[in-house]
Amino acid sequence: MKIEIRNGRVIDPKHGIDRKASLYIAAGKVAAVGEAPGGWHANRVLDAAGLVVCPGLIDSSARLREPGFEYKATLESEVAAAVAGGVTSLACPPDTDPPLDEPGLVQMLKHRARSLNQAHVYPIGALTVGLKGDTITEMGELTEAGCIAFSQADAALADTQVLLRALQYAATFGYRVWLRPQDVHLARGGVAHDGEVATRLGLPAIPAFAETIALDAIFELVRATGVHVHLARLSTHDGVARMRAAKKAGLPVTCDVAIHHVHLCDVDIGWFNAHCHLVPPLRGTRDRAALRAGLVDGTVDIICSDHTPVDDDAKQLPFAEAEPGATALELLLPLTLQWAKEEKLPLSAALDRITAAPARVLGLDAGHLAPGADADVCVFDPDLHWVVAPSALRSQGKNTPFLGLELSGKVRYTLVGGQVVHEG
Amino acid sequence: MHNPQLNADGELQHLLTLEGLPAEIIGRILDTAVPFVSIAERDVKKVPLLRGKAVFNLFFENSTRTRTTFEIAAKRLSADVINLNIGVSSTAKGETLLDTIDNLVAMNADMFIVRHGQSGAPHLIAQHLSATNRSHIHVVNAGDGRHGHPTQGLLDLFTIRHYKRHFRELTVAIVGDVLHSRVARSLIHGLTTLGTPEVRVIGPQTLLPTAVAALGVHVFHDMRQGLAGCDVVVMLRLQSERMKGSLLPSAGEFFKHYGLTVEKLKLAKPDAIVMHPGPMNRGVEIDSAVADGTHSVILPQVTFGIAVRMAVMSILAGN
Repeated sequence: MKIEIRNGRVIDPKHGIDRKASLYIAAGKVAAVGEAPGGWHANRVLDAAGLVVCPGLIDSSARLREPGFEYKATLESEVAAAVAGGVTSLACPPDTDPPLDEPGLVQMLKHRARSLNQAHVYPIGALTVGLKGDTITEMGELTEAGCIAFSQADAALADTQVLLRALQYAATFGYRVWLRPQDVHLARGGVAHDGEVATRLGLPAIPAFAETIALDAIFELVRATGVHVHLARLSTHDGVARMRAAKKAGLPVTCDVAIHHVHLCDVDIGWFNAHCHLVPPLRGTRDRAALRAGLVDGTVDIICSDHTPVDDDAKQLPFAEAEPGATALELLLPLTLQWAKEEKLPLSAALDRITAAPARVLGLDAGHLAPGADADVCVFDPDLHWVVAPSALRSQGKNTPFLGLELSGKVRYTLVGGQVVHEG
Repeated sequence: MHNPQLNADGELQHLLTLEGLPAEIIGRILDTAVPFVSIAERDVKKVPLLRGKAVFNLFFENSTRTRTTFEIAAKRLSADVINLNIGVSSTAKGETLLDTIDNLVAMNADMFIVRHGQSGAPHLIAQHLSATNRSHIHVVNAGDGRHGHPTQGLLDLFTIRHYKRHFRELTVAIVGDVLHSRVARSLIHGLTTLGTPEVRVIGPQTLLPTAVAALGVHVFHDMRQGLAGCDVVVMLRLQSERMKGSLLPSAGEFFKHYGLTVEKLKLAKPDAIVMHPGPMNRGVEIDSAVADGTHSVILPQVTFGIAVRMAVMSILAGN
């Protein structure tokens, strides 16, 4: 199968390409950009005039809810949502039921995902058995089964001795560890940022320093062990400052931010809008500004969707009782474009945060369009407006703070391994 | 920000919070309550304003006083009152909050009086009714989590106005567990809306919300400093589970620092009034000599509470 994506604006952030060109795909790989290979004859031509052609998006955190939460979402529904959003690779956190702490579970997930033949699914294994924080998992076996990193998801480790040992063990074999920086005790019971909004609404609060205290501890342990740690879902001004200093000091650390936190802050909770009940909590305007500045200057490596499908029943509860999380796979691209527009950033720089940068952190040879690369491609119309509504979303999760918002940027074609898996 | 308790004409549709409630509406509620106080002194303590209306007292959290005063208020307005202690019925069987509401709507409720342990529950109910085109049913927040207790706030304002006439030159101190207090939040919003120049909160750091100053209050940790020159002293109830643990070492030490005694009250103005939302912990937040003393207006608060709740219900029913 030979596919020609004709006359689009090809953007490949990793290789600094941003020009009008055709992309030639053969045998599942990128064959050429610009000049057709000798004797080229396409089986299919996709007209990309007026469209952007970029590497398929890589989402560093999307919950697919399998196994265990199939009533919220299934692998089928969520990988369909992924490719509808232009996402061709995604990492899924281990907080399933049971958690991803056994090779069999990971193999099953990989196998099911492969058989669907849509987005590539990269499981993140549990760092401790059952995410309980006392026994480290068989990281070697789990890596062989397909885990690309290990994490505690949102069940941050309270026991720093276990954390040290987990990091030492991971460092020994060169495994990557992902941690969400949050002090368990300071965050206990909290559902909103400790600021004016939580004070007004009488919501139990999580102070910003629950993040910085955890970051300081993690950085110390990184210094001691040399392990590569990826900090997941930074949320605070001071957290970004700590991260900037740690990178400057040469620590092997990277970090991401959820797309919600790029756009929203605690004020958006309004009168108890449970769609804004997220983990970590939406912080203040100063925090949001710092996260955005961190993304621009490279302190924050990645924007992820932090896609968490939640069913209506779990959201139609008083704010604190409502399950945190929002659907976002199909919003990652338009909301990233929106951020780029607001910050007056070149499209290429914005797309880097959702293609080349996550590929680097996940250790994948993906997220670029060099000849020979797997032809995972996203073709989107940057100017097509659409309104976020339940009927417009493929994901089984319909709850998002962005419901009703008009966004620009709609995926027209998604290709995985040279095959068109989505046409919109 | 959209105010979910006002209808398209700016009239009171629900009473969910005092935050953002216009001063004119607060004033109208307080004015409406005045004649209701005297109804209680008549032989026949009833007016027909809510005749034929079904008022559901929905208490997801235990309460005796608030539920009783709402019940009396509704009955004096001639409404049919149905009391539901949900905490021990449907939710224990797994029914969701909104399922409970839908069932009661099907029984033709006209008004819900809601007490719930979670901040925002009455807002959720009001939004649900609005989203399902049943916003003619009124919701009154009778206390939600730490967020608000607007009828308590209104009765506190009524009491202050009754004894002090106006708010423009007052200094009001609110003392104790502000962090967990819906009473404090509602009263602060009401006082600032009516132009009270000096509202103070007094308590240890462990019992004050981080951003409490953003509500427009002055923060004091030393009770003696905080009481100086006050016209009104509002003591808050300290829940027994908070008397010992990481918030406070003991009830005794709390009383030593933040309990209101005759001696400390002397620091306030000579004609200061002392209020408490009840039920009181004598010897924890307030000394009996103060609670029963000449400055105390704690029992009149209860009486005014019925009149204020009658005013709220009659205004809602008229909109």
